[in-house]
Amino acid sequence: MAWYRVEVAITPGLADAEGAAAAADLASAGAAGVADCRVVRIFNVSGDISRRQAESLAADLLADKVVDVWSIDRPVLSEEGSVPLEIARHPGVMDPAAQSIRRGAAALGIALDDVWTGKRYLVASGAAPDSLMAAARRVLLNEVIEFLSVDRIPPERPHPGGYEFSLVAVPLLRMTPDEMVGTSRRMVLSLNPAEMGVIQEYFRTLGRDPTNVELETLAQTWSEHCVHKTLKGIINYKGRTIDNLLKSTIARATAEINAPWCLSVFVDNAGVIEFDEGNGVCFKVETHNHPSAIEPYGGAGTGIGGVIRDILGTGLGARPIANTDVFCFGRPDSSYDDVPRGALHPERVMKGVVAGVRDYGNRMGIPTVNGAVCFDERYTGNPLVYCGTLGIIPRWAVAKQARPGDIIVVVGGRTGRDGIHGATFSSVELSEESETVSSGAVQIGNAIEEKRMMDCLLVARDEKLYSAVTDCGAGGLSSAVGEMGEHVGAEVHLEKVPLKYAGLSYTEIWISEAQERMVLAVPPDRLDRLLAVFAAEDVEATPIGSFTGDGMLRLFYRDDRVAELDMDFMHNGLPRLHREASPPQVILRSHPSVIDDSASVGRALVAVLSELNVAGKQWIIRQYDHEVQAGTLLKPLAGVNDDGPSDGAVMRPVPGRNLGVALAVGINPLYGDLSPYQMAANAVDEAVRNAVACGADPERIAILDNFAWGNTDDPCQLGALVEASQACYDVATVYRTPFISGKDSLHNEFESEGGRISIPYTLLISAVGIVENLDFITSMDLKKPGSILYLVGDTRPELSAGHYLKVLGRQGDPAGVPSVRPLDGVKTFAAVASAIRQDLVLACHDLSEGGLAVAAAEMAFAGMIGAVIDVSPLTEKSLRPEEALFSETPSRFLVEVAPGQCPAFESVLRNHGAPAFPVGRSVPGGVFTLVDGDDVLAEEKLEVIKAAWMSPLDY
Amino acid sequence: MKPPVIVLRAAGSNCDVETGRAFELAGGAPELVHINRLFSGEKHLGDYAVLAIPGGFTYGDDIAAGKVLAAEITSRLQDQLAAFLDKGGLVIGICNGFQVLVKTGFLPGIEGVPATLTHNDSQRFEARWVHLRVERSCCLWTRRIAGELITLPVAHGEGKFMARDEDAFSRIRENSQIVFAYVAPGGGEAVYPQDPNGSTGHVAGICDPGGRVLGLMPHPERFVEKYQHPRMSRGEGAEAWGLKIIRGGIEVALDL
Repeated sequence: MAWYRVEVAITPGLADAEGAAAAADLASAGAAGVADCRVVRIFNVSGDISRRQAESLAADLLADKVVDVWSIDRPVLSEEGSVPLEIARHPGVMDPAAQSIRRGAAALGIALDDVWTGKRYLVASGAAPDSLMAAARRVLLNEVIEFLSVDRIPPERPHPGGYEFSLVAVPLLRMTPDEMVGTSRRMVLSLNPAEMGVIQEYFRTLGRDPTNVELETLAQTWSEHCVHKTLKGIINYKGRTIDNLLKSTIARATAEINAPWCLSVFVDNAGVIEFDEGNGVCFKVETHNHPSAIEPYGGAGTGIGGVIRDILGTGLGARPIANTDVFCFGRPDSSYDDVPRGALHPERVMKGVVAGVRDYGNRMGIPTVNGAVCFDERYTGNPLVYCGTLGIIPRWAVAKQARPGDIIVVVGGRTGRDGIHGATFSSVELSEESETVSSGAVQIGNAIEEKRMMDCLLVARDEKLYSAVTDCGAGGLSSAVGEMGEHVGAEVHLEKVPLKYAGLSYTEIWISEAQERMVLAVPPDRLDRLLAVFAAEDVEATPIGSFTGDGMLRLFYRDDRVAELDMDFMHNGLPRLHREASPPQVILRSHPSVIDDSASVGRALVAVLSELNVAGKQWIIRQYDHEVQAGTLLKPLAGVNDDGPSDGAVMRPVPGRNLGVALAVGINPLYGDLSPYQMAANAVDEAVRNAVACGADPERIAILDNFAWGNTDDPCQLGALVEASQACYDVATVYRTPFISGKDSLHNEFESEGGRISIPYTLLISAVGIVENLDFITSMDLKKPGSILYLVGDTRPELSAGHYLKVLGRQGDPAGVPSVRPLDGVKTFAAVASAIRQDLVLACHDLSEGGLAVAAAEMAFAGMIGAVIDVSPLTEKSLRPEEALFSETPSRFLVEVAPGQCPAFESVLRNHGAPAFPVGRSVPGGVFTLVDGDDVLAEEKLEVIKAAWMSPLDY
Repeated sequence: MKPPVIVLRAAGSNCDVETGRAFELAGGAPELVHINRLFSGEKHLGDYAVLAIPGGFTYGDDIAAGKVLAAEITSRLQDQLAAFLDKGGLVIGICNGFQVLVKTGFLPGIEGVPATLTHNDSQRFEARWVHLRVERSCCLWTRRIAGELITLPVAHGEGKFMARDEDAFSRIRENSQIVFAYVAPGGGEAVYPQDPNGSTGHVAGICDPGGRVLGLMPHPERFVEKYQHPRMSRGEGAEAWGLKIIRGGIEVALDL
């Protein structure tokens, strides 16, 4: 067997854009004197192949005939005068290209035994190799999954050794409580002393010690990630006892609203609402924070891959039709000195996360259509990555149940050591050492593997070849089989699970979080057909056991039984958590000021538009294919040049059908520093008002909650969670917007030498609403000069924790935080929706960060139509001009109405009891003017305010 | 009879469903077929009038966009495809499909004139609507809309068209094989991002010398009705240009 090293590079003389980008990155990371960089792609291949075959492989497959040069076992480019930096993945880390290269080689008649890829950067630089390598570690590679070498890495790679079975028992019965805590920590089980005690008691009654895989199974099943034990526990707060916070707030709202169009809530991977007579739509949002902190690209990619599988595993499987993404990052303009040791630079995190979502979502052929990005330095060590997926599901497929006798079939990717302990790792705070201790928790995705699996799964669904399905996510097979078999029992033969490489122990097979796998329950008489469906498109499907009917979980490795647990104990044995909560304290923040109090209103507007939370996100949005599947009708960017910020997206799930689905989000972490209650109330309000602004029917909007919190062992943090949950109940019940699904992520803090940094209280609310007629779709850009602009909803002096005070370097008083008045909001939403349906609205934009001034400016530059905004209707009600312009009071819209339609519009608003103030008009020409009666407050060219908004995040 | 259209799927194809629907709206009878079924002989290209290779990331676009599928077609379907073309069959490759056609050499389809589609000058994936001029070319798909200024969306990371050298590019141009070019709104010369990738001559699509094989980076299947136009609420999008291109091919197939 021979190994060959094929090097491929862009022909000298032609531009190497990737190399140029790498040179710029190295320079920005502190490498001095970097003049240029060329990239060499390395393909190491082995097999029973001749040199001539290797040459054919290089010429006909690996190199482009027009732009590339190639070589075998020698340098392809002259390396004189440059410093080489070679980067390769650690052995065992997923190399997504390997499978495709094998397939391509096979087409040429060449059978490859092994293949792995790397990159060699030839850096033309006067800098010392040491300083270049330091810069490379910052921007070119991630040592969690890759390594760096200045020498050529030899192509030969040994095959990993085999696995020799031996059953490992853990001597739990004779352990003291302290010893059990030590065992939990050593095995990364994240089980607390009470939980370890219950487990010890269970095995004492069985009269034996647990095996390691039994302990691991319980740890996965009882992890915060899987069962939300904090939200479902018992909490004492302000003298009252809350028995299950989730049930008494979020789920209670859904139960009280009792909307007939909710088809499935909280019980499945995703919530399902009615779409039309034949279909439902389902929606799920997940977080993937800790993996993204350590390996942004892989963490975010597997985040989106995981939530897509949630949708594929909802009911008997839904077809994914849209993705959403919401990120919280540290400031990308942070200096390296301000980044705590052990954390990646926020710009690196942001670019990696965006690339991860882009590459996975685009390859899956699912449009990424809506999202948000928030910046705050407390997210530097612990960024948040929320990924959501919307699916369409036939109504007959909404319910599922594995039956005794069904065969357990695992489909999709093979199992490797990737992502072991992801579920339990997510319940540990991040620290300087996280990179090293938890690198096993990082997964690398392979989107094409998931795409192939999805294509086959949906065929099998429509042929009704299985009775239940779920995804392998956190906890791997352990969670998937444990969940499906909860009411029936299951038996699995672990040696039957297909492996990526030899050497995995039975425990590793059971808890591996290798991506792109799902588990099916298949009636025996359908098995042959099911296997044929997957085989037809080269997707592995392997029977590994069966559902039994005796309520036990039994695992075997060949002839040995390695686990035997009672499903009832697994799912109901977890002791309830008892926690103390106390009222949250105000978190005082100072911001560096961008302007001072003497700044003009025009300067303030420009500063607020450039604030990163407000500024345009087109650099991110354009990297996502937001129109694949051809069903994205209201796109994330709108206006005459397709560059204004839409309030949400509208999808058409069924081609040709005049019915849409709106997606929108609400998130305001800064408000939580002053009031966790209002932070949450505003998030609900913002998500709903964004959906309404796009054309959704306010009576057909459902919402999802995703809490991301710090450490809830801290009573104040837990108190903040109680307050936020209560706000969710209070607002949702008035808006009649049921929660249909949710997920919480606790323990989001970063510990370094400077102490613990907790993230801001962060609640993401995602809304999904029905748009009854596609002609109701309303975009935010001004349509024509001469229209009247109405401010809908009351404005109060609520600047605190908002973006105007932020650019002034202030936070404001807690009394001034934007506050939701749901009884007013619900009228405003009904009024605006009604006006849209009566075709009285030319453009509609929600007021959020930066208030009226920002919303009006965005509408004007998106339409490239001037506007004059006169705030005197507000200042006459004793608001100061800056309050009128920048207050972030919720439940408000700015609406463009044609002059002839004004009487009808005003009458609709009046009938709904919603206040509307004519605050301006659109005008010809390219000027945006703010006035207060006769006083001109600001006069800016559209190009100027547009550039202020677009440039801060334009990489 | 409706012309039978084969929409060829492979691992990572992802615009197959909407491409099939576009052909249906245009009057064709589309069938989505996985390439394994051509390999196995269960399906045969000879039974169809039109071959559509849809967009996506076949085999992850690992190595280079469309490269692995191109290798499979070249090694296993070359004869079938040549016979299909001899018989007058029509081919459209959209985005990834265009990349596949270029990497197999069916486009530009002139002996000794290789071309490629490589990484965008911006070095990243870009999704946006573009303005295009339909060139007066030998392409049969666009006979009725030659000379028009149209809009379509693009979404790709490797769409920069390059021929080996100036001579090669001249031959393609002189053969009237350039079908679509990126332009500024109104038809002027495009600058980035109006030309999203930096193609030689702002080329967005080409055909073979016979005009039956069309490849283009923009996505006609994403603009088959007004609701898909980004400025629909500004009253634009009355002409669904994508559908016109697809219908152009179906009309030729009907004359076969």
